[in-house]
Amino acid sequence: MSAPVHPDFLWRDPDPRPSYDVVIVGGGGHGLATAYYLAKNHGITNVAVLEKGWLAGGNMARNTTVIRSNYLWDESAAIYEHSLKLWEGLSAELDYDLMFSQRGVLNLAHSLHDVREGRRRVNANVLNGVDAEWLDADEVRRFCPILEVGAHTRHPVLGATLQRRGGIAKHDHVAWGYARGADALGVDLVQGCEVTGFEIAGGRVRAVLTSRGRIAAGTVALAAAGHTSVLAARAGLRLPLQSHPLQALVSELLEPVLDCVVMSNAVHVYVSQAHKGELVMGAGIDPCNSYGQRGSFHVIEEQMSAALELFPVFNRVRVVRTWAGIVDVSPDASPIIGTTPVDGLMINAGWGTGGFKATPGSGWVYADTIASGRPHPLAEPFGLARFTTGALIDEHGAAAVAH
Amino acid sequence: MQLIECPWCGPRDEIEFRYGGQAGIAYPEDPSALSDEEWAGYVFMRDNPRGWFHERWYHVHGCRTWFSVRRHTVTHEIGRDPESPRREEFG
Repeated sequence: MSAPVHPDFLWRDPDPRPSYDVVIVGGGGHGLATAYYLAKNHGITNVAVLEKGWLAGGNMARNTTVIRSNYLWDESAAIYEHSLKLWEGLSAELDYDLMFSQRGVLNLAHSLHDVREGRRRVNANVLNGVDAEWLDADEVRRFCPILEVGAHTRHPVLGATLQRRGGIAKHDHVAWGYARGADALGVDLVQGCEVTGFEIAGGRVRAVLTSRGRIAAGTVALAAAGHTSVLAARAGLRLPLQSHPLQALVSELLEPVLDCVVMSNAVHVYVSQAHKGELVMGAGIDPCNSYGQRGSFHVIEEQMSAALELFPVFNRVRVVRTWAGIVDVSPDASPIIGTTPVDGLMINAGWGTGGFKATPGSGWVYADTIASGRPHPLAEPFGLARFTTGALIDEHGAAAVAH
Repeated sequence: MQLIECPWCGPRDEIEFRYGGQAGIAYPEDPSALSDEEWAGYVFMRDNPRGWFHERWYHVHGCRTWFSVRRHTVTHEIGRDPESPRREEFG
């Protein structure tokens, strides 16, 4: 058996051209997926993805890679389930092993309220065609034997929701797969190119001003996650978004010990074991606004105390690295997708603490929205208009990260 | 852990406080006259700058005073808000 040939580069490193049909601002997972589906599904290939740093160096490199679709409301279940279905065929689609592992996601219930809320969500999921099961405490212990569910803990486990089709994937491979696919279809992936302003005339965006010059664009599509408000302000827009650090950490490498994803909304931790062997743990957001890409230590302290109560077996495990990404949180913990008051300027933001799982679905519906100039049916309920009509999609419960 | 100066208690650890978001959002003077768009602006739209931010904090585990600071959202440097009450103003 011979070693596979590894190419020197997976995509070109082009200089920006003076004009494109579509300019996507932000070269993370969502931006790359959007570019890929614009080219693949809609035949729009005169596209640039502008990234101020390097591809997938923001939240795409900082998340905990959890994938699931067990959201409460119909609108959310529809878009996240669309995304999960895309995940299920994505390695083949991109011809890239994304190490997508459907190992099951547990969301623990620690109180009577959690139990009621969890059962309600299971029922809602089933009605929406999303796989979901309710496990009682004994079933949780059998499903995840190292989890301490006993009555002597501060927050005993009374049950859990289980989505067996949920799991994890290798985040870098997802970005590289989409980037290679988009590049092969003709999309220019331009790194080291920061958007510093917008040229707007007659209520319509005409061009972006960048650190590498002016680039004219038919449509400008923001995909900048935590920095969306900063960009929008340069276009004169104020958005219902606040940017917060969201921290995560990894342990040293361990032998296989945890074969599912465990999340706890009440005690603020989520844990999985990556393929390589490290435990990956996420925390709640730091409460104050910040772009610092670092969080406060007390948030990690709280996260670790929760993790150790749930998994006493981890009490000698050493933390190797901690970090933070900047997440853009909306008032109802749901994304904002669609048009803006500036013609030709599109927004896809507000994914907050849960954007990674949505990468394929988000790119799919955003590309369709850009191509047709009207929201994709799955994106329509997530427009900016909901903050005026009051038709919010409150997913604070299913978001599973405290905020 | 940020060290935040409460105008009454002095500098205390961040864990004693609760965050209150952007400062200076005044309740509408004539609420019944507001359009839906204006209500959306009051309830949901907020500045979210990368830089200095005028924001509210609540000393929930201390004297329970609400106050404002200017804080830099990248460096986390905190500057006193000249409009926030000072210790000598509390009887």
